[in-house]
Formats: sequence, C-alpha cells, structure tokens
Amino acid sequence: MAGQKANGSSESVEIPEIKFTKLFINGGFVDAISGKTFETIDPRNGQVIARVAEGDEDDVDLAVEAAREAFDHGPWPRMSGQERAKIMMKYADLVEENAEEVAALDALDAGKLFALVKAGDIPGSVAQLRYYAGAADKIHGEVLKTSQGFQGYTLREPVGVVGHIIPWNFPSTFFFWKVAPALAAGCTMVVKPAEQTPLSALYSAHLAKMAGIPDGVINVVTGFGPTAGAAVASHMQIDKVSFTGSTEIGRTILKAAAESNLKHVSLELGGKSPLIIFDDADVDVAAPLALTGILFNKGEICVASSRVLVQEGIYDELVKKLIELAKSWVVGDPFDPKAQQGPQVDKNQFEKVLSYIEHGKREGATLLAGGKPLGKKGYYIEPTIFADVTDNMLIAKDEIFGPVLSLMKFKTIDEAIARANCTRYGLAAGVLTKDINTANTMSRSIRAGTVWINCYFAFELDAPFGGYKMSGFGKDSGMEGLYK
Amino acid sequence: MAARRVSSLISRSLAASARSRLLLSHGKSSAWERSIGRFSTAVLHEEPITPPVEVKYTKLLINGEFVDSASGKTFPTLDPRTEEVIAHVAEADAEDVNRAVFAARKAFDEGPWPRMTAYERARIILRFADLVEKHSDELAALETWDNGKPYEQAAKDELPLFVRLFHYYAGWADKIHGLTVPGDGPYHMQVLHEPIGVAGQIIPWNFPLIMFAWKVGPALACGNTIVLKTAEQTPLTALYVAKLFQEAGLPPGVLNVVSGFGPTAGAALASHMDVDKIAFTGSTATGKIVNGLAANSNLKPVTLELGGKSPFIVFEDADVDEAVELAHGALFFNQGQCCCAGSRTFVHEKVYDEFVEKAKARALRRTVGDPFNKDVEQGPQIDTEQFEKVLRYIRYGIESHAKLECGGDRIGSKGYFIQPTVFSDVKDDMVIAQEEIFGPVQSILKFRDHDDVIRRANNTRYGLAAGIFTKSLDTANTVTRALRAGTVWVNCFDVFDAAIPFGGYKMSGIGREKGVYSLHNYLEVKAVVTPLKNPAWL
Repeated sequence: MAGQKANGSSESVEIPEIKFTKLFINGGFVDAISGKTFETIDPRNGQVIARVAEGDEDDVDLAVEAAREAFDHGPWPRMSGQERAKIMMKYADLVEENAEEVAALDALDAGKLFALVKAGDIPGSVAQLRYYAGAADKIHGEVLKTSQGFQGYTLREPVGVVGHIIPWNFPSTFFFWKVAPALAAGCTMVVKPAEQTPLSALYSAHLAKMAGIPDGVINVVTGFGPTAGAAVASHMQIDKVSFTGSTEIGRTILKAAAESNLKHVSLELGGKSPLIIFDDADVDVAAPLALTGILFNKGEICVASSRVLVQEGIYDELVKKLIELAKSWVVGDPFDPKAQQGPQVDKNQFEKVLSYIEHGKREGATLLAGGKPLGKKGYYIEPTIFADVTDNMLIAKDEIFGPVLSLMKFKTIDEAIARANCTRYGLAAGVLTKDINTANTMSRSIRAGTVWINCYFAFELDAPFGGYKMSGFGKDSGMEGLYK
Repeated sequence: MAARRVSSLISRSLAASARSRLLLSHGKSSAWERSIGRFSTAVLHEEPITPPVEVKYTKLLINGEFVDSASGKTFPTLDPRTEEVIAHVAEADAEDVNRAVFAARKAFDEGPWPRMTAYERARIILRFADLVEKHSDELAALETWDNGKPYEQAAKDELPLFVRLFHYYAGWADKIHGLTVPGDGPYHMQVLHEPIGVAGQIIPWNFPLIMFAWKVGPALACGNTIVLKTAEQTPLTALYVAKLFQEAGLPPGVLNVVSGFGPTAGAALASHMDVDKIAFTGSTATGKIVNGLAANSNLKPVTLELGGKSPFIVFEDADVDEAVELAHGALFFNQGQCCCAGSRTFVHEKVYDEFVEKAKARALRRTVGDPFNKDVEQGPQIDTEQFEKVLRYIRYGIESHAKLECGGDRIGSKGYFIQPTVFSDVKDDMVIAQEEIFGPVQSILKFRDHDDVIRRANNTRYGLAAGIFTKSLDTANTVTRALRAGTVWVNCFDVFDAAIPFGGYKMSGIGREKGVYSLHNYLEVKAVVTPLKNPAWL
C-alpha cells in the first residue's frame, strides 16, 4: 500500500570484516571475565553478524578501576587543554580516514542507510571531536566580586570518571557526542554501548588508542542494560552518568544513581515532537519535510516529528502530497544507494512498532498509507500515516520510534500551542510559517529544548541539545555539553 | 607547554664557554677582571654563520598575488650582525595601501571568507598551522637572520608558540557567541557579534612572527579580512607565512601584507577611510600618532600595545639565586627588546648587596655573539637607530652617577652588539629609571618597605607588566592587586600563554591581545529587536 521494496543489492559496498569484538579496558581488548558472548544481529535478515564479548558487573568494575586510576593518577587530566586538544585532533583525523569502515559498521549493525551515515553521521562525529578539541583550552572560570575582603574565583574542574550509556539509533554519533566533551574536560570514562549496536564503539576505541589517548581514559564495555548498564548507573566509583535512551530506562538510571552514590546524571530521553504547519507554509516544502521528519532513520530518532499538526486551510492539499510521497518512498537494503529507509533495528522494535500500528487502527485513527510490514525477511515496515488522530489516543501519546506519522488538524494558533504542549515530553518541535509574529510566538510558547523554524533536524555543533519535562535534563553539544 | 618553554629559556643558565669563537663580554677569572677592569675590549673574531635559508618572498602580497610596489621602489633589510643587506623588499606607500585595502574590502564585502561556516574557516587556519610546523626550521632561520635573536629561541620557543596560537584561535572560530537578553517589554532581543570588517594591523620588529600571530589569529578567527604592515626592519617572515596561508586555502584578498615605513605605509593604513579597525604594536610615541590618525579619519576603533618600564620586585624572602636568574631573563631576553621587559629591578635592602653581586656576575657570564651559534644567549640589537639609542642611555646612566657594575659599551666594530650592562644604585628620577631603553641595560634600585615599593613601582606613565618575587602568600596577593599593570607575573616572568590577555594600563596601551579578549577587538556588536505578540513568558 505504501513504500516500495528496493531490489538493489549491497554488492557494490564492501561489508567490513568485524575486527573488534572484545571489551576495551585499560588500553587493551579483553574477553569478558565470564567468557560469555552475545550475538549482534543484522536487521536486514535476522542473521548473526558477530559474537561480541558480554560484559557484566565484574567487567564494569575492571573498567571503572582503570578509569579511576587514569583519572586520579594518570596523565590525561594533568595535561593542559592544549595537549589534550592535540590528541583529540589526531583522533578526529583517524575517524575521518576510516569513515567508510565505521559507517559500514553502523549501517550493518543498526540498519541505517550507509550513504547517509558516511556523509552525515561520521563527518558529524569528526566535527564534534574537533569542536571540543578547540574548546579544551577555553574552559573559563570566573574571578568574583566579593564583598567581605576575600578574593574568590571559580575553577571548572573535570568531574572525574564518567559512565556513558549510549543508544543504538546513532551509535557513532552518540559515542562521540558523549566522549568528545568528556575528553576535552579531562575526564576518563566507561562507555556502555547498546547491545544492538556494539561494533562501531569497539572500533572507535581502537582508533582512540592509535590516536594516543592514554590507557584507561576510554573504556568500552559491551553488554546488556540490566547487567552492564545497571552496574554503571549504580557504581560507587563513577562520578557522573550520562544516558541517552528511553524515558523508561532513564528513570531506572536516575533511581540507581540516587540509591548508590548520588552521582550526577544527565538524561536525554524520548520525545513526541510536534511539527506545526501553518496555512501560509509552502506545501511543496512542508510535505517532504514532514515526511522526512518521521521517516528519517526509519523513525528511530528521539526528535522525530511524530505528531504533525496542520492548520485546516492547508490540510487537504498537504495530506494529498504526503500520501503521494509516502507511496513512492523506497524501503530497502541500507547498503543500496537507492534506498531511503532501512529496516528497524531489531525484532523487539519491529514488533513494538507494528503493535502501535494495530492500536492506531483499533483506536479509530484513519490509516492513509502503509500499516504493514514489508517483505518476509528482516524488520522492514511500510511508511505509515494515520490521520484524524486525537490527543488522547495512544499513538498520539507514546513514542513509537518507527515510521508512523500521526496527523492532526487545528484551527487557531492558540489551539496549536495547547496541543503541541499537551505531552509529557519536550524534546523538540518544528514550526513552518512565513509570518514573523507566528514564528516568534510559537518559539517562545512551545515547551521544548529545541525549536526549529522552517527547518527540521538542524543540528549545530555550537547549539546545546536536550529536553524539557520527561525528555530529560542536561545538554549535549555546544559549550553547555562541555560544562555539564 | 610553549608558555613554560619561554620562561625556562629565560631562567636557563648557560655555562660560559672559553672558546675564542664565542664573543664574551668579559673574561671569567678575576685576574682578567683585575687587569682589564670592568670594561671589555674583546673583539669579534668569528665569521658570521651563513643562515640555512633562502629569501624567496620580497614583494607585497595584495589580493593573493606577490606584486611590486606601485612606485617600483624597494628598500633594503639588513643583517644586524654585519649591517649588510639581506634582500631588497618592495616598499609600499599610500597607493599600495589603497590597493591592499581595496582587495581586503572586496574580500570582506563580497568574497567567500565571511560567508564560509566558522568550521571551514577553522579548518583553513589549522591547515596553515600544520604548514608552518613543517617549515619551522626555515622560518626560524629567516627570523633570526632578519632580527638577530638567537636561533635556538626562534626555533624552540617562538615557532611552536606561533603554531600554538593559531590552534588556539582556530578553536574559537565556531564558538563566538552573542547573547539573548530579557527585555523590559514584549520584545525579542538578540545581540549579534559580527566581524568588524577590514582590519589594519601594524606590527613591530622585535617578535615579527609572534606579533603576526597575535594580530592575524583573532582577526581571521572572527571572519575579518586584513591589511598587515610589517616593520621595515623585519619584513621577511610575514611574507613567507602569508604564502603558506594561501597554500592552506585562504581566499585571495583576505590577508594582504605590505612592507614599508611608518610615516608612509603605516600612516596611510591608520588614516584610511575604508579600514574598519586599526591595531598597532610599537612605541608609545608612534601609538599616539596612530590614535590621532584614526580619530581624524573615520574614527576607526584602535587597539594599542605600547612601551613599558615594568618593575621586577624582589622581596626580602626571595631565594636570591632564583631571583637573580629570573630578573636577568626578564630584562635581557631578546636583547632587552621586549615591551614588557622587567627594566626596573627593585630589590629589598635586606638582599640588595647579594643580589647586585650575583646580577653582575650573571651579566658577565652572558654570551653574546652570532645568534646562529647554539651557545649564544644574546645577538645584536636590531638596527643602528636602536643601537645608538641604547648606547646613549648608557651614557646618561653613567652621567647621572648610577653605578656601572659591568658592560657599558659596544662589542666589536661591525654589527649592533652591546655588552650586557648592569647599573646599580639607580634612583627613581634618573632617566634610565624612567624611559624605555629597549636594550640590554639592567637598572637595580633599592627599596625598604612594601608600601614604598608599590608606590614607586606605580610611579610611571607606563603600566604594561610587572614581576613579583616572594614566597609570602599575603605579599603576593596584596602587591598583585596594588600594581597598576596589565600583567603581573608572580615568581615567573614572560609566561605568554595563548589564553591569557596581554596589554597595558595607562600609556602602555589600549585593549588586550590573546585570550577571549582578543576576539572583542575584531567584532562589532549588533542588537536586533523584534516585537513579541502574546509571549508565553518574559
């Protein structure tokens, strides 16, 4: 009904040999203490790509020990910002040189479009490293104006050992979003990548070593949330945990942090971000933007425009355009340059998305496009559009994390504001309008961490990113990403 | 790390060598001293070492091309070791400055540079830094040849510092923030920090490359275009690195370099109606002229880095040996040709006699000679004008009855070499205690108490820097805040870190270079105000 299956093959792109499958602790690749391994699956066909070491609490202990030693006694925090910057620049160059291989690992592991990862995710990661390298020697404190005859000043010091728990939707991007500022600040860290996508993190650890990052500064423990992730969140020797993932797990992390050593926490969680399209928007711009907003990265992006609010004057025309575009959207092998959408990351997500689609149908939303899985192998889903969605439907409230768009119609700007804010989330929002007053009013009225006006997914190195409400707290990117 | 290296160079004691190849200001043994007295009659024996570099660039760089001056005139740049000509360089005057400004204007108003992303600008600057690093040895040799500073200093300290500075500024390019501010009413208010436009920059001869970095780095990081006028004594290295900038991908017209003289090219730049900003480093006297020209033309904003007569204060609890070494470096570094030289050495009476004895001995050990010789600490002064000025001040010192501990005369009959000279019993009202000498002449003054020395240290029209030598936390805190100077070094000197601002109080200048402050010199501030309808909050 919607979407087309690409028949192209992946033969033109070389699937890389999987070189790193062990835990990276204190500068070396080691097996898990238990000897256990787990499978990482290719979402195109459900087959095993490789077996990777499965770290648990004991391995996290070892990693934290290494990071602790590296922080308390090692050279990294004692180098000047300039010296750290030099090594980080080398790291950036190495990632750039190996872009194709890192991109292929993410495409394979997460079902992401290879061409986009190579042209977008990886250069973005390289730029993050360079941005923070440039910031390492610019961490200023303040000399204060005291009133009692004392001299006082603030120093901004590295927080210590940081635990990074990163998700599977943008494996390399999140690895570097977290690792780069922590490195610049002089921290040491333990990274726990998502179990769905362990491969690029291990490769990046190898590149870190090549760049001259001292042993113990970056440690990578692959494994599962309830074991390795929980161990990080509750470790008494970790000073701060930075988590990106679902709101539900975010809660667990926050609890574990509180119950252990009250470590600092930053959370970057889910969203149900509204894209609000006013009457004066250009339909030919709005439709593709709205569709990309939900289908980009197969909808597996925290800021997906999963609720599209369309003003009644433009509604019919826009919907027609949307359906047209959705029907011609090419779903296929992420290594096929013609594909616009790859498979969902794993069976779990696949089934969850399909279940939400069924909910939507049952709740009485109008299915305009898609609604079914695509093909017999792997986790492909048709681009799906529901209309006549009301605010209290499950598909309007929950984060689906898949290629499922919920369309809503509105009359006035006040209604748009109220409905946009009618969510427990607050990660991002988009506004399409030509009117200066609408733009200014909307940007200040929406309770969200990022508001995009006449654009979407515009990520900038210098712009801090993070959520309001249950989308989390603490910023990534920009100088604020460093100060946290 | 580069910062530490400079100060360690100063505090490094070189063992004096008895080799006849080296030019010594005095013999070492007391027998020698007894027979000759305080004054040296040593003669320059050695043949000047041939610099391991070729002069490749001698024309003006305008709009991406090396061109002759409009008049066709050239001027010679001399080797201060021998007074011989190194090369003839194109001499710019008003017409050439006009052309350069025109190119810079076009490059700013229409060209790609301000319209690139900051990230792309940073990449070009970083590529430039890499190229300089590759050509480091050649550049150090060229710098030494043109300026006379020791090659080891240029190669091991200044070139790495140059590269470091450009890394620092490249890192700022994509982090230049404006502000949003809350209004008193329903208005959305942004403050944008925009590139100021065409920056005119006039640099001196004492640190040609470092001064290039201090000016060009922040101006480019902020997205501006530049017309740079080098000092007539040292035009060579700027042309070489400007060529490297081109190779790094800097678009034509963004950096223009004109060699020439102050009264012609410099004045033309300072008074040009299409230059948006002028930044000058040099003497206070010339700084006043530049300020006036800027005011009388288009009121372009001005930053000035001028002269100094910086106090170096040794307190009673100081380790005398360390203090002597640091004070020595503070004055004699770079042939005494430092705007921030510690040129008034105040020593507490408790340690005064010991200090003077040791300062004299240290000066006697200072090795002067061909700067290409690895063991030489001091090369020649920059040119005949400076040379004669220094000798004149020495005469004033002697005439005013300061005690000449050692030195006092030129060395040899060719080149601008002067003996490391130390005066003690200097009084505040002597000319040598008030005016900037800019040469290897140390003046030691005695003080009795802290309030007294603070008052005397501040009793000057200058205010560039100061050094304090003490172990006491309270002394350090009190004196640091009491001194009216742009940089106070405590138990160190000449630590030049990319992040720390440098500049003068009072007649030592206006504005600051380096650190985040340098960016302010090259940005304009624009407030943008739009009404808000029904704002959800104010």
